[in-house]
Amino acid sequence: MRVTQGTFSFLPDFTDQQIHEQVQYCIDNGWAVSIEYTDDPHPRNTYWEMWGHPMFDNPDAAAVVYELNECRKIYGSYYIRIIAFDSSPGWESIRLSFIVNRPPEEPGFKLSRTEVKGRNIQYSITPYSSDNPQGSRYK
Amino acid sequence: MENEGQEQESEIVTEVNLKEDFQASGVADILAELDNSLIGLTPVKTRIKETASLLLVDKAREKLGLVNESPTLHMSFSGNPGTGKTTVALKMANLLFRLGYVRKGHLVTVTRDDLVGQYIGHTAPKTKEVLKKAMGGVLFIDEAYYLYRPENERDYGQEAIEILLQVMENNRDDLVVILAGYKDKMDKFFESNPGFRSRIAHHIEFPDYSNNELLEIAEVMVASMNYHFNKESKKAMAEYIKIRKKQPHFANARSIRNAIDRARLRQANRVFNNSKGPIGASFLSQIEDIDIRQSRVFSGGIDK
Repeated sequence: MRVTQGTFSFLPDFTDQQIHEQVQYCIDNGWAVSIEYTDDPHPRNTYWEMWGHPMFDNPDAAAVVYELNECRKIYGSYYIRIIAFDSSPGWESIRLSFIVNRPPEEPGFKLSRTEVKGRNIQYSITPYSSDNPQGSRYK
Repeated sequence: MENEGQEQESEIVTEVNLKEDFQASGVADILAELDNSLIGLTPVKTRIKETASLLLVDKAREKLGLVNESPTLHMSFSGNPGTGKTTVALKMANLLFRLGYVRKGHLVTVTRDDLVGQYIGHTAPKTKEVLKKAMGGVLFIDEAYYLYRPENERDYGQEAIEILLQVMENNRDDLVVILAGYKDKMDKFFESNPGFRSRIAHHIEFPDYSNNELLEIAEVMVASMNYHFNKESKKAMAEYIKIRKKQPHFANARSIRNAIDRARLRQANRVFNNSKGPIGASFLSQIEDIDIRQSRVFSGGIDK
């Protein structure tokens, strides 16, 4: 099951050239661009691991694509996303976030139903991949 | 790759107008500016003009579908201090930007300290950070030969060189690297790092300025600060240049700038001490020969 989240989530995966152009748009708007990765695709997993610092002072998107490819070398089978922060309101807020790398196989989520008081049902989802400990989920 | 083929089919270009391309790119302005704002440096200007026309023709060939590999644009500027290497690098960045060979056209100036770390594992991130900042523009490495210190086996400079070479090769479209430094030391540096020599296509030498050119530079500098020489002070400046040039640590245009700064200091002092009553603008911006002749250079000392 293809995990979708963030901007452009219903488009096919971007090529490096397309990523470059989107990132350049962010930089031209004065946003700081950052790369993050994770192997836990749960939708409520908001805070991913940071790949290096957010890039505040690179005028060209080539730097971000370069770092992305460095990140792919190590975490090529993880989810990697690009996030653009806007600090102009006085706090850091996310303007744009999109997935740029995903595992070759995405097993999807398990839906579990729990019957609780009054025959009500509670639903929860668990990624199948999270059965394994962190770091050994995608190969 | 497939898309590119389709695009070329849809708009078939059969001829290009070099003159129009030249006008449209705005390169003419930069070359004219180069001619006007920089005194002397004829060989450098010729080389830059040659490079500019090569790049322009390359772009035209690309339009016609005559495939050629993207040219290697990394350069080395060798010459004595104060011969205008940084100034030309700045113009070069602008020129490459107008020609469409770099995307942003900014210049990042660094020296060894900005690239090489102090402990193990410090160098690679530092160098990469600088390279990332320079992407889309021009990276200017001043006194590049200090990167390589053969006398110290454990020097981290070598690591910086390796990363540099790698990025220079793999990200050729993303940034242009210009190495600069003294002629003899640069030659030695290239000898011991053959990888650099082969990756740099343009070796440009900056000649020293002649006395007349230095005097012209002095006049331009003074004019840009809204001061002016009179006949005597111009003569004094010419003599100053002649003597200063023979002394050690002479740094061409930079020495001239320093001399002018000190002359302004003395001028201000003189004006302040002698002023009685109101004075006009021309008096305030006049550099007298006494302002220059008070320099230690004339009594056998050295102005640093």
